[in-house]
Amino acid sequence: MTAPLIRIEALGKRFQSGGGLFARPRAMMAVRDVTLSVGKGEVLGVVGESGCGKSTLARLVLRLIEPTSGRVTFDGTEITALSPPALRRMRRRMAMVFQDPYSSLDPRYTLADVLAEPFRVQNEPLPANRVEAMLAAVGLPAALAGNHPHQLSGGQRQRVGIARALALRPDFVVLDEPTASLDVSIQAQIIALLADLRDRLGLSYLFISHDLGLVRYFCDRIVVMYLGAVVEVLPDTATAPRHPYTQALMESNFAPDPARRRAIEPLSGEIPSPFALPPGCAFAARCPRASDLCRRQPPALDGDATHPVACFHPL
Amino acid sequence: MTAPLRAFRRPQGGLAGGWLILVIAAALAAPLLTPYAYDVQNLPQAYQPASARHWLGTDEFGRDLLTRLIYGARTSLSVSATAISISVLCGMVLGAAAAWFGGWLDRAVTMVVDLSWSFPEILIALILVAIIGPGTIGVMIAIAVAYIAQFTRLTRAQILTLKGETFIEAARSLGAGHAHILFRHLLPNALAPVLVSAMLATGDAIILEATLGFFGLGAQPPVPSWGGMMSAGSALVFKAPWVIIFPGLAVAVTVVAINLYGDALIAELDIRSRLRREA
Repeated sequence: MTAPLIRIEALGKRFQSGGGLFARPRAMMAVRDVTLSVGKGEVLGVVGESGCGKSTLARLVLRLIEPTSGRVTFDGTEITALSPPALRRMRRRMAMVFQDPYSSLDPRYTLADVLAEPFRVQNEPLPANRVEAMLAAVGLPAALAGNHPHQLSGGQRQRVGIARALALRPDFVVLDEPTASLDVSIQAQIIALLADLRDRLGLSYLFISHDLGLVRYFCDRIVVMYLGAVVEVLPDTATAPRHPYTQALMESNFAPDPARRRAIEPLSGEIPSPFALPPGCAFAARCPRASDLCRRQPPALDGDATHPVACFHPL
Repeated sequence: MTAPLRAFRRPQGGLAGGWLILVIAAALAAPLLTPYAYDVQNLPQAYQPASARHWLGTDEFGRDLLTRLIYGARTSLSVSATAISISVLCGMVLGAAAAWFGGWLDRAVTMVVDLSWSFPEILIALILVAIIGPGTIGVMIAIAVAYIAQFTRLTRAQILTLKGETFIEAARSLGAGHAHILFRHLLPNALAPVLVSAMLATGDAIILEATLGFFGLGAQPPVPSWGGMMSAGSALVFKAPWVIIFPGLAVAVTVVAINLYGDALIAELDIRSRLRREA
């Protein structure tokens, strides 16, 4: 792998909630000390259950929210240190596709307005016939340009969301569960479209999902998050997991072939509250392999450089 | 925007809207509609009841009541509508800024607005007229200020709910600045409920204007206003009851019409729930 396009170093985000005249505010670490990189043309998958900080990570990487610590470097430029005007110019090169295709389009905008917006906010003239070309690129008829979002299906709206993200020809796109609110048959179409666009435009993706099957199908490397921290990075989709949590996630995914189905062992126990993390490994309470060491001391993310895992007793 | 037209197709909306158009058209075309002047006294003709020459009769100075009613519509409607327009403009700016920027600005705006919300509009308006002095301009400013709180609260609530929508985050991810998000996304989406509530408030403002006029604080004689005419008529209730009855009816019917038409508009735009979301 050559120099990575995106470098994420020791990124952290702390949210405070509550707090008033008499109550002390409670702090939770949504993202803890995440270090990752995304190579040019790579699709990096991020999986984890709800509330593990995947979406917060996505927003931190694009600096839609400000990190508490750490930094993000995009093609050699530290975007966590950019001034607002410089950040605005930088946003041409990175984009995001959102989970909810229903609220991600302004209900008052026509599709032509939606697709012209990236040019307008960047003070760029909209090239002639560009709207039609963008619609065609995501497989929508040009005749829809004058329609409003409520006249479209969920899959069509998500295609518009993708077209908008690609309007300014970015290098890097964050996909925040782009298929989570779509029917399974539409999911496959959207994933095929995203794969096709990556090949044609040489895009790099950060693909956030809770669907491990989808991630294994679509991604080059897979990052597994648990309670805000990375617990394992799988170097490819064929490598066997080493972290007990990754294994549990994978086992929870049914194989389509009934002959290969086996009894799955569901995870027991509760996720610890992110407001009161245990001193040791966050997964220890639910882990079949946990020892006293795991409950005392947090494991560091190491092992070999291509397949790091944060576990004292890896598989 | 076809909703205002569609509201006409509803029975009460059509009736009410028709009356409003009639009143506005009469106010605009006043000099063409009547052979009389509103301010020329004709004492021998005083206290005339309704007749073919004076359809609604004459007042204590022998002036034609219908003429004064039509010219009074000019005063009442223009003062209330202008006042509410100023109020909506200020309220939208304050409410949108408070909701979007949050922090100390939001706390300061909310505090002042909540404080003024605890006084009745009539009290605020009376205090302001006392400071500015009576007259059309004073009443206009007083009414405008009295209603700012309402529109600030409404706009703020609308913007706060819209702020969390993903399309706002999407615009930010494209590099949109505050101005783009406020003027291209937030305010256009907040506009419908604010405008409808402005229309309903205009009805209240007509009553407020008439009240201030009744106290003699509004348009000064001989310029007619509905409130001022009722004030003059109040001394003549037994001698010439029509002098107070017709301006009173004009206020009542117009305000009811505004509310009925507003109701039809709310139903057409399907925004009843959004109007309630004000806290």
